[in-house]
Amino acid sequence: MLFLIIKRILLGLITLFIVSLITFVGTEILPGDACTTYLERQAFGEQLEACYRRLGLNVPAYERYVSWAIGAIQGDFGYSLSGEMPIKEVLGPRIKNSLVLASAAIFIGIPIALILGIITALWRDKLPDVAISTVTIFAMTIPEFISATLLILIIAIWLEWLPGIVIVPTDVSFFELLPNIILPVIAIAMIMTAHMARMVRSSVIQVMASEYVQMAILKGVPYWKMVFTHVLPNALLPAINVVALTIAWLLGGVVVTEVVFNYPGLGRLVIESISNRDLPTVQALAIILASIYVSINLLADLMTLMLNPRLKTLQIRK
Amino acid sequence: MKLDNIYQEEKKSNFTKVSEIIITMASRPSGFIGLSILIFHVILAFISPYIAPYDFKAINPTLMLQAPSAEYWFGTDDLGRDVFTRTILGGRTALTITFFGSLIALLWGGLLGIFCGLVGGKTDDIVMRIVDAFLSIPWILAMLLIVSLLGTSTEVLIPALGFFYGKGIVRVARAATHDVIAKDFIVSARARGHSNFSIIWYEIIPNVRDAILVEGAMRWSWMLLGFSSLSFLGFGVSPPTPDWGLMISNARGLMSFAYWSVIAPIVGLSSLIIGINLTADAFAKALGIDRSTKAPV
Amino acid sequence: MTEIIQKVKNLSIGFKSKKGEEILILRNISTNIKKGETVGIVGESGSGKSTLALAMMGYVKHGLYTIGGECEFNSSNLLKMKNRDLEKIRGRKIAMIPQNAGQALTPNLKIGYQIDEALKLHSDLKEEEREQKISELLNKVRLPSPETIALRYPHELSGGQQQRVAVAMALAGTPDLLLLDEPTTGLDVTTQAHVLELLNFIAKDTGTSMVYVSHDLGAIAQVSDRIIVMYSGEIVLEGPSRDILKKPIHPYTYGLLKSIPKLSLAGLPQSMPGSQPQPGTMQRGCSFFDRCDFSEEKCKSNSPQLEYLEELNTSVRCFNHKSLMNDSQVNQTVNKIKTSLQDKEILNISEVSISYAKQNLLDQVLNRISDDNPTVKDININIKKGETIALVGESGSGKSTILKSIAGLLRTKGGVIKFDQKRNLPSDLKERDPNDLRIIQLIFQNPDESLNPNHTVEEIIAQPLKLYFGLKGEELKKNIKELLQKVRLGEFYMSRYPRQLSGGEKQRVAVARAFAAKPDIILCDEVTSALDVSVQAAVLNLLQQLKEDFGTTYIFVSHDLAVVRAISDRVAVLYQGRLCEVGPSKDVYQFPSHPYTEVLLGAVLEPDPDIKPKLVAEDIVEEKPPQKGCSFQGRCSRILGDICKNEIPPWQITNSGNSIRCHIPLKELQKDQIN
Repeated sequence: MLFLIIKRILLGLITLFIVSLITFVGTEILPGDACTTYLERQAFGEQLEACYRRLGLNVPAYERYVSWAIGAIQGDFGYSLSGEMPIKEVLGPRIKNSLVLASAAIFIGIPIALILGIITALWRDKLPDVAISTVTIFAMTIPEFISATLLILIIAIWLEWLPGIVIVPTDVSFFELLPNIILPVIAIAMIMTAHMARMVRSSVIQVMASEYVQMAILKGVPYWKMVFTHVLPNALLPAINVVALTIAWLLGGVVVTEVVFNYPGLGRLVIESISNRDLPTVQALAIILASIYVSINLLADLMTLMLNPRLKTLQIRK
Repeated sequence: MKLDNIYQEEKKSNFTKVSEIIITMASRPSGFIGLSILIFHVILAFISPYIAPYDFKAINPTLMLQAPSAEYWFGTDDLGRDVFTRTILGGRTALTITFFGSLIALLWGGLLGIFCGLVGGKTDDIVMRIVDAFLSIPWILAMLLIVSLLGTSTEVLIPALGFFYGKGIVRVARAATHDVIAKDFIVSARARGHSNFSIIWYEIIPNVRDAILVEGAMRWSWMLLGFSSLSFLGFGVSPPTPDWGLMISNARGLMSFAYWSVIAPIVGLSSLIIGINLTADAFAKALGIDRSTKAPV
Repeated sequence: MTEIIQKVKNLSIGFKSKKGEEILILRNISTNIKKGETVGIVGESGSGKSTLALAMMGYVKHGLYTIGGECEFNSSNLLKMKNRDLEKIRGRKIAMIPQNAGQALTPNLKIGYQIDEALKLHSDLKEEEREQKISELLNKVRLPSPETIALRYPHELSGGQQQRVAVAMALAGTPDLLLLDEPTTGLDVTTQAHVLELLNFIAKDTGTSMVYVSHDLGAIAQVSDRIIVMYSGEIVLEGPSRDILKKPIHPYTYGLLKSIPKLSLAGLPQSMPGSQPQPGTMQRGCSFFDRCDFSEEKCKSNSPQLEYLEELNTSVRCFNHKSLMNDSQVNQTVNKIKTSLQDKEILNISEVSISYAKQNLLDQVLNRISDDNPTVKDININIKKGETIALVGESGSGKSTILKSIAGLLRTKGGVIKFDQKRNLPSDLKERDPNDLRIIQLIFQNPDESLNPNHTVEEIIAQPLKLYFGLKGEELKKNIKELLQKVRLGEFYMSRYPRQLSGGEKQRVAVARAFAAKPDIILCDEVTSALDVSVQAAVLNLLQQLKEDFGTTYIFVSHDLAVVRAISDRVAVLYQGRLCEVGPSKDVYQFPSHPYTEVLLGAVLEPDPDIKPKLVAEDIVEEKPPQKGCSFQGRCSRILGDICKNEIPPWQITNSGNSIRCHIPLKELQKDQIN
């Protein structure tokens, strides 16, 4: 068991290492370097020299990688060209804001997804299923920027219930942020919830068709008791991993949504630093987003390990 | 007990097989709607240059932000261009780029997945680790980086999209291959001494083809979603080419008083994505594959 | 007359096909289950027997629906009852013991919880009493140390133990009627005999009525008072167990009994032609018409009704039952097998050992396997040309492992496999040349898995022909047609896909594919165990015929001792990857024999109420072979002491040439076994 946990963590770290290599090599083999890319037509003379010194680009690539990696482990990602300050400082409040947004979406989305998924599965092919499934198909397929745009158009512009565009400074306090994040959270949660609800649905349907559920019925276990003790624990276990993958995938959706709502989070930073051709910041973002992805998946793996009796007893048997 | 398969059938040509699948797809209401929408969009993409009432790039300052009228069905945008013309033309680039992108994704993802599934062992471990690493960089960051450094030409977009959306297909193809190679007919072929190539081509591909095709169809809708997000962010099709993502992004600021210029491209894009999605769903069901358990990675 | 506990009246269950037709799974079934009796329902797969058993609990599977009729229990129709009322009957009045307990126990709940759940629902016991009761129940089904078992999860138990837990769970509600759906299918022979014995004990002990559903007449014969025979959704024969097994008056039952191989008879049983019609393909007239030896013109257009014969207390669905009544004593005639044995040895297996242990890094680098206690060890068998040698044993005996090594699919750890006394066959498939690969062909257990579902029969059989002989065009077609003819399939099968064939037909295609390579040796891995009984005999007969025509050598792996008896010239008995006994089959099936062979022979279930299984050894599942000494020491009832635990037993050879590996002298072995 302990061995399995350590193995998963190590695999996660290896993945992150490969990610850092990919981003590093990627930016290395693309035409130009960080300074020429950033400065574009001003890339000559004193300015270029200064930039090179600033980023330490005049040493060989592998040395740069090593020193960058050591810094990154300690939370120091180097110097932001566009922000003209250490990347660490640029990132801090952005991470906080994005976390607020994403976790709100996740905490609202998961319970709704579970309920919808279970309802649609238990009333399979009946009216509740048909109705909810149709809605989820729409919610799932419409891109975030469209749903976000429509939300602004309808709720903010036509109905004037909530502010449409977030106009707050980066280091705003949580309570000031709250009314501003309702629409973005809905936009993100919609697509995620729809995806998860569909997965939960098919997982529950699969378990409902299993022999042990049939056995429980034949044993005389009342319906709802059967659903809660025999069906859900077995149906939700495999769903954990898939849900984790969905959450991780939706990081991309967060970027778009933040742009639509002008929300000061990591996502908008991604666009800003790419528009500004600020490669060091992009590198830092890549590794941070990858870490988030890896940790979410690691968490899901560990949860599965904890909950699955098959894996729990592995140590006794082997 | 198998409740289907009670009908005796003879060997069919590929043509009859394909048409039967299409008929099965269309026999469900959702499949019928999806197929109709998709076919409508494809036909529109082919004929729109010939039926467009106006020049899509003709700027006319005197006609800025006209509300829909008999003359301009969907109104005009901030530069006085006809929204109807731009809307019916707006899906062409997206449809073409994502279609070929999906083909590339299907090819490399499918083949690499089958290869990994068959070979197994260390090669498989290493390749999957690398694929995992690529998976953990959000696609949008990677795409944006590539596009910003290499430009937004079709030659860049198609392979880049194909590459990033093929990763998921690798996993699906690998899993499907794993299921197949455990079967005795593969053991039997190996024991007879068939070459790896012949086993892949003759024994494995026919059995994983359906799963990979369904995955590819699904990738298509996601790729369209991703591509239009790129356009929306200004990293996709370059103006003045009409594109839905770009149109939404441009008209968004003006939607408080000219909502029509947003609504038309929104309807166009949403209907196409839903159409492809419903079609992929019906396709999966017609082939007997459940695709709703898959995560959109 | 005793009290009737469950009354099935004119029950029809079916489903709607894609084309909207109503297709019947059960057709107008009527029968009564009396208090205290055990009724066996026997039929092949697709005969509707499980659907009937489930209907008796008021349960109809998703996709099926009741078309007409009722299942009456305590004078209320279960099929019309509300779920809330059914919950009070299921588990309390009627309980089910499922086919595959491994799948039927909820994986996330402990054994104790699952039994407790049934107790909580169906009794008023307090918590301590329930705990007491769980122990009692687990004791009753003879599980060792009930307290620890109760804390385990289902996957931690062996198949036999899981089945016992399912029995305990069913008994928790003290039901009046127990439904058993193939409760021993999938278990090892010895475990199966033990579970059946337990069920018999429970029937006597508690006096519950039982409905025992199975495809296996052998198992049915051991437990039931009355037998119902089903064929494509109908009852074709119903009556007292002994009469039906000894004097069946329906042609299907008659043919079925004749086609089952028996331990007492060497040689192949007679086969029944064809296979059971699929639901929905039934024509007018008797559904058994196509396969019947006694059919007449009227059977083709008129369906016989179930007719009750007062004097025999039997119901039969046949116009001609009278003609069967006179001479229906099942005088089993067998097709004696011709031995085409030659003196030339074709395959020498010497000192072969195989390991499944994971290699450590050093071993991987040196490309060797180091494992001092390999899964399979010390295998020495010489196989003569034209011989059929059978490898027999329970799951985990290593019989399939040895087959895989001969085929080159699994590397051996040591030892030599020599072909034709001169060529050593490399242990790795990749090092064998095409001819090495051609001379050895495989036929697998399950034709559903061994035939590529996307290839037509033509493409399947063409593969070896193209690979080994480079045949093309017309010649290829001609060869395929010839092969199909050899396995008695018509030309029109060429364009069919495997899913359009019945189980027996699929296995024929697999046989044709193996013979297409013109092999010297064919490895048969449980080739008949996935087939219905009536089809099994036909496939066995076919294999025998082909062997006589081509002079092929068979290495036949099976867990079914009666099948092995029927087809093989020589038998090798394996336990935990070690040989126990090797000899001519007629001698292996006689005493003296190895204590393990004795256990296996004792556990065979014959479709004869007069032959009861003998349970010699405990039914324990061992995970690994012992490090030293005799492989069977853990379960042997005749263990001598330290000598068995420390020393590998010597080979003792009987007068007839039977080799037995045991420390007990032959004379003593024989003495006890005859008693």
